[in-house]
Amino acid sequence: MSDQHLLLLSILTPFAGAIGIVLLRQRPNLREAVTLLSATLVCIIVVTIFMRFDNAGLMAVDIAEPLPGLKIRFEIESLGMLFALVASMLWLITSIYAIGYMRQHKEKNQTRFYAMFAIAIGSTLGIAFAGNLITLFLWYELLTISTYPLVAHAGNKKARHGARTYLGILLGTSIGLLLLAILITYNVAGTLDFQQGGILAGKLDPAWSGLLYALFIFGIGKAAVMPFHRWLPAAMVAPTPVSALLHAVAVVKAGVFTVLKVTIYIFGTDFITSSGANDWLIWFAGATILLASLIAMIQDNLKMRLAYSTISQLSYIVLGALLATNTSLLGAALHISMHAFAKITLFFAAGAILVAAHKTDISDMGGLGRAMPITFGAFLIGSLSIIGLPPFGGMWSKWYLGMGMVETGQWLLLSVLLASSLLNIAYLLPIPARAFFGKAPDGTTHHRIKEAPPSCLVAMTITSLACVLLFFYPDPFYELAMDIGGTK
Amino acid sequence: MIEQNLCLLLVVIPLIAAPVTAMLPAGRTPWFFTLTITWLCFVLSIWQLTIVLDGSTISYELGGWAPPWGIEYHIDALNAFVTLIVSGIAAITLPYALRTVENEIQRRDTSLFYAVFLLCFVGLLGIAQTGDVFNLFVFLEISSLSSYVLIGMGQRRRALTAAYQYLIMGSIGATFLLIGIGLIYAETGTLNMQDLHQRLQPILDHRTVHTGFIFLVVGIALKLALFPLHLWLPNAYKYAPSAISVFLSATATKVAVYVMLRIVFTVFSIDFLKITSTEFIFLMLGAFGVLVASTGAIFHYDIKRILAYSSIAQVSYMVLGMGFASTLGVTATVVHMFNHALMKGALFMAAGAIVLRIGSSKFENIYGIGRQMPWTFAAIFIAGLSLIGIPGTAGFISKWYFMLAALEQQAWLIALVILFGSLLSVVYMWKIFEALFFHRPTNTSPPVSEAPLSLLLPMWTLVLANIYFGINTDLTVSVAETAVRLLGITAYHE
Repeated sequence: MSDQHLLLLSILTPFAGAIGIVLLRQRPNLREAVTLLSATLVCIIVVTIFMRFDNAGLMAVDIAEPLPGLKIRFEIESLGMLFALVASMLWLITSIYAIGYMRQHKEKNQTRFYAMFAIAIGSTLGIAFAGNLITLFLWYELLTISTYPLVAHAGNKKARHGARTYLGILLGTSIGLLLLAILITYNVAGTLDFQQGGILAGKLDPAWSGLLYALFIFGIGKAAVMPFHRWLPAAMVAPTPVSALLHAVAVVKAGVFTVLKVTIYIFGTDFITSSGANDWLIWFAGATILLASLIAMIQDNLKMRLAYSTISQLSYIVLGALLATNTSLLGAALHISMHAFAKITLFFAAGAILVAAHKTDISDMGGLGRAMPITFGAFLIGSLSIIGLPPFGGMWSKWYLGMGMVETGQWLLLSVLLASSLLNIAYLLPIPARAFFGKAPDGTTHHRIKEAPPSCLVAMTITSLACVLLFFYPDPFYELAMDIGGTK
Repeated sequence: MIEQNLCLLLVVIPLIAAPVTAMLPAGRTPWFFTLTITWLCFVLSIWQLTIVLDGSTISYELGGWAPPWGIEYHIDALNAFVTLIVSGIAAITLPYALRTVENEIQRRDTSLFYAVFLLCFVGLLGIAQTGDVFNLFVFLEISSLSSYVLIGMGQRRRALTAAYQYLIMGSIGATFLLIGIGLIYAETGTLNMQDLHQRLQPILDHRTVHTGFIFLVVGIALKLALFPLHLWLPNAYKYAPSAISVFLSATATKVAVYVMLRIVFTVFSIDFLKITSTEFIFLMLGAFGVLVASTGAIFHYDIKRILAYSSIAQVSYMVLGMGFASTLGVTATVVHMFNHALMKGALFMAAGAIVLRIGSSKFENIYGIGRQMPWTFAAIFIAGLSLIGIPGTAGFISKWYFMLAALEQQAWLIALVILFGSLLSVVYMWKIFEALFFHRPTNTSPPVSEAPLSLLLPMWTLVLANIYFGINTDLTVSVAETAVRLLGITAYHE
């Protein structure tokens, strides 16, 4: 099969899966089999594309031309390849997890859940393989819309309210700011294709570049740069598998991925540094890193704490993009994958605690670690990777991000990065520590609580092992990320 | 033979069919007869469009009287496009009408209903086809009078008030229009549009011409429900029978926009627009219309009423496009005429399906109904996304052109208004989505079933058209560009 077909197949498979899921709504076992089957298929297809991918000849597929000169185009390049690999692998693992979780938790409307989940992943792959800004925007909006029912899943007032915030901020920023930025870009450059070195250099007055760049950075609400971060905590009303895959991996990474794409292929790193477009924006990202970490410290709800941690970690990637040097871009791209594996482990653990012990607040989790050793063991590994300690994958991305700051002489930002690492320790490590060594608030021991369902444990184990593996063998992601850094 | 008389046949066939329909026995016969007529006209209108697609024009002399003495039908891409919209929407509304009309109109009135429907159809087609301003006025009155009747046939007694309100406002509009036509006739002695254009050019600074122009613009603005002359519309669309809400919302205001384009650009000229600063007035009224109507939609709790307010906002976008007075701006207007017919048609069809099953379109009665009518809900959802302007739908194409036109002239404030209007449409559409799907049902009414297939098929044809014309714009954009070129509009330059 030709590469073009594989590319289209990888995007279409989740949609076909969604149709299958809806058709088999009366038979839950078969329905879940369809989810697993399409997740496996997508994973195999994306890995195959990766094996064949050599970056020498970029290949593109044009689907349609809705506006003169603006095509719906897909293409494979390193950054998209990296994102697609992460998303498709983690969809498979999350599907295993979700089946155990949703059944144990006796959630309603599971057909809708699995179908929308598949559509969301299809849209994510569409973003990863988008060949120009307009195609990316199309899938970006589709991702927002398809995840809305997942956030509103519970259907009660709290869920509706959370989903409203979610949608309001994501659609609001994308229509109000991102679309405007895209239109201005098109008006100035006459094209929206992703090109090495950017399309704006020499066409946009450098004085305006900072403003346009700001429209992009804030317009991409999915990157959750403050003050447009409120949607992510609001989305935590969703079932945990959604928070795990979509709000730690697919949706948020789609945001920072778009930021990286815009930085590298629309502005071009040289244009950003020469025009000073990033001068003041880096402080927004820096402030987000610190503030979100500080807010995370005071959250007692575990998922909320993880959500604010995600906001903070996303700004690492945004910062890497804004610095626009080869090393910082390498760090940013690596962080997409490293943070994905670590944060999904943490969310899996949070969901397992909810399912097995029915606890959401950290203050109630004292002593729980002895009843659920695997869950909290995985949580510990995930935390250490987020903090960026060896021997866990999270170290590499932080290393290169830090290197990037040293290269550009941004000492203040480097201290922000280090302070944030300390804050990570302060808000993550007490959770497993209290669980293993602390006592329950009322002094009783948790002898009635057992571990989460096996499928949840399997998923958690795989992702936490991946965190370790990525320290010793980060090569696939590293090589892809190196390509982006401008060796091409 | 047929080809030579095509543009006249499009008007004459339904005109003759109307009285015939009135004499048919009540029941399904008049429906079937009307269905055949609308489909015939649809085919003819496609034929007509293919002839003028390359930028040529058809000139037809009624009764062999040479213009400017006789009435001339002058067809270019714009006329043919509007005719296509009107006949296409009529053809797709008729299959939908069968069940909803049986539900809402008494059986003995069906022949009359379809006869009046055909008259309204003739009126709208005639407006689109004719090249003579007085003839245009006559057709406008035919369509208006018949739509008063159609709206008044709504189930609730409030329909009569709504129709009466519309009648008053519509008559005032018609009077203004007639005075305007009279004034320019007094100045030039001709009623033929092409001829008027020639004769008006040397006397564009005459006070009488200016007065006539103002009367014409105000009259048409009433018909297209331009802010602040829009108050008749929400009630009219809310209380009209479902099929009529669909037909009128998708065609009537669009035809009025067409009249505005014709009068402003063909009869007068783009230069006249610029020397009188009318473009600025259009921009202001359009911008205010978008904001006021979209905000108004947010504060209502009734699907049909929200959609009606949204129609006012969408028409304001079209006026905004005219206000740019550039190729891109008017292209956006013409493209949006077509796209808005697709989205509003689909939305009102879905609202009608809910009315058929529940008997109401108020939120309090329809909470959670989307779960029991998944196909209807999905149709509202996709057409709603198109209305918002999500990429991949027809609405995005329109919005893209409006925005490009604004950015081209660096009209930042207008660009922000367009985007803000989109955001407001997110709010009011999402209110509908939430109420229909995520809200728990409040009353313990018996479960309802999905809408019948005769409603779903036309609805989904329009929904899929929304997606198709969002991905493939060969037809819409090329027709619009040809039409705009023929209107004598040039690209914007500083």
